[in-house]
Amino acid sequence: MSVQTETATGIPPISSGRQIAWERRRRAMAKFWQEYRKDRDGMTGLVVLVLMIAVALAAPLLASSRGLNPTLATYPVNAAPGWHYPLGTDSDGRSVLTELIWGSRISLLIGFAATLLSMVIGAVIGIVAGHFGTLNSWFGRQTDNVLMRFTDWFLVVPFLPLAIVLARTLGPSLHVIIIVIGITSWPGTARIIRAQALAVETRPYLERARALGAGHWHQMSKHVLPNVMPLLLANTILTVAGTILSETTLSFLGLGDPTRASWGEMLNGAFNNGVGTGNSLWLIAPGVAIIVVVMAFTLVGHALEAVLNPKLRER
Amino acid sequence: MLEGALAAAQELRGEEAGAARGGAGLARSLTIKIVSAIVTLFFVLVFNFFLFRVLPADPARNLARGTALTASQMAAVNRTYGLGLPLPQQFWNYLVQTLHWNLGISFEYHIGVSRVIGSALWPTILLVGSSTVFSTIIGVWTGIRGGWHRGSRFDKTSTAINNTLYAMPDFWLGMVLLIVFASKWFIFPEGGMHSFGGGGTGLAGINDLLWHLTLPCIVLTLVYLAEYSLVMRSSLIDEIGSDYLLTARAKGLRDAMVRRRHAVPNALLPSITLIMLNLGFVISGAITTETVFSWPGLGLLSYNALNFPDYPVLEGAFLLFSAAVIAANLIADLLLTVLDPRVRQA
Repeated sequence: MSVQTETATGIPPISSGRQIAWERRRRAMAKFWQEYRKDRDGMTGLVVLVLMIAVALAAPLLASSRGLNPTLATYPVNAAPGWHYPLGTDSDGRSVLTELIWGSRISLLIGFAATLLSMVIGAVIGIVAGHFGTLNSWFGRQTDNVLMRFTDWFLVVPFLPLAIVLARTLGPSLHVIIIVIGITSWPGTARIIRAQALAVETRPYLERARALGAGHWHQMSKHVLPNVMPLLLANTILTVAGTILSETTLSFLGLGDPTRASWGEMLNGAFNNGVGTGNSLWLIAPGVAIIVVVMAFTLVGHALEAVLNPKLRER
Repeated sequence: MLEGALAAAQELRGEEAGAARGGAGLARSLTIKIVSAIVTLFFVLVFNFFLFRVLPADPARNLARGTALTASQMAAVNRTYGLGLPLPQQFWNYLVQTLHWNLGISFEYHIGVSRVIGSALWPTILLVGSSTVFSTIIGVWTGIRGGWHRGSRFDKTSTAINNTLYAMPDFWLGMVLLIVFASKWFIFPEGGMHSFGGGGTGLAGINDLLWHLTLPCIVLTLVYLAEYSLVMRSSLIDEIGSDYLLTARAKGLRDAMVRRRHAVPNALLPSITLIMLNLGFVISGAITTETVFSWPGLGLLSYNALNFPDYPVLEGAFLLFSAAVIAANLIADLLLTVLDPRVRQA
């Protein structure tokens, strides 16, 4: 009964601090979404992404994975588009469309997994450096110093040669390529998160938390992290665009997992089998797919940034 | 990478402005920069040494290429390459040799790595240099035009094109251009740097070289101009609201003068920093483009070394790529000191 009267006045029942926090977050999310919806480019990107992810998830329904096995391929080799293979076939007689659909799974998986790894490293280093950097102690300053030196050093090491050497050392597999891309793409995130953490650290509620005796872990996880989270999210989306491109490059150079064909693997196959003489869609289709996905991620990322930082909205 | 480079560029600017407080401070900050570049280079050397020691390779076996070696022959090979020594001794030898530009002997070509790299250096410099000039000019120009007339048709079109180019794998663009212009229309060669037989001497030779250079240069230009244009555009937009532009207009300056004399010089600084920082990365970023076009530079050399596998060459190339980035960083620092009046007049 009481619940009913309270919803009628629009005030939710207050039972705990946690509930208040969640209510506040829910409202913030709703406001965020309203702002985001106004961004036309961002919405376009979002729709494209949702479609792409749906295709990747529904791959088994759209095309049989048997079509990926060169020994089971029955179509003519290097054929132009036909009824059973709308995008033609490759030099093994496999349908390019089937490869494209299944490749989206691998490419997106590597993109998301590598980004997740990169975000975790970048966020931890950024938050720790930002948190201890504001402490007025020798230990704090040195922690910040060492972490930022390390980050700077990673920033100047050229990505491609390092990734090549690592991938070569660890051997070609899906895990390796995710790890290699993840551990070479975090420095930018670490710097952005550190800058934001430094700004958060000066706010009064952190002073209050310290005065109440909050430990480092509590301060970082309960106060700093939630406040850098939105920025981290925007950065994540932008990083996925980068990691998908990186995967393409590494696979193209022959460092990917040949048994798990991504879009980069397709391009590698097309390049090594003289695509100029065969079905050119074998080359065009994965390239266009990469451009569309990377652009969609970039548009969504920029739209998120614009909502978070109104100064950017003028651009 | 764009975000990281931009953050670095902005930080550089801030540091420079801070260094402007006194002449002595300026000299000191320059010294610090040069020293820290050397320290970073040393770290790269250490990293390089250990990275290539963990590679799963037995150089002696690699050199033998499948032929059966006796134990004493193996020992002889190991002695020649200094592989039997304790690690600290190996590291010391490596440092001394690297400082003397002795990078070891290539597994594939059986000559000094420094010679192999030296012969691949000039094609890469030609390709990266020419494409950087074009991408800078076109990128900065379109960025200025788009940013100044924000929302115009030119701006919308160039932003859309730039976003597309930015999302494009460079080697894919290269392959598409190859198919269209080399395989279908025969306008440009399939790859390489010279025609068979050298392509002639004198003017004919230069013509032949330029003919081979065109496609790879177009690819690198297009891929990098997108980034420069987007950065130039947004830093010009940042300046548009500034008070000093209002003052300039109030003085009665024409729009073109306001843009050329006041807005652009200020907005150029981040772009210049970015272009300089990028120069170091473009050299290693050209690996894929050089591979697609069989352009005999450092990139193709690394690709072949990767597949051979020729570790000494890979190691040398990696060192050079890292050194290029560090040098580009330092030059960007120094250049900004010269260009930014807030620093120069200090």
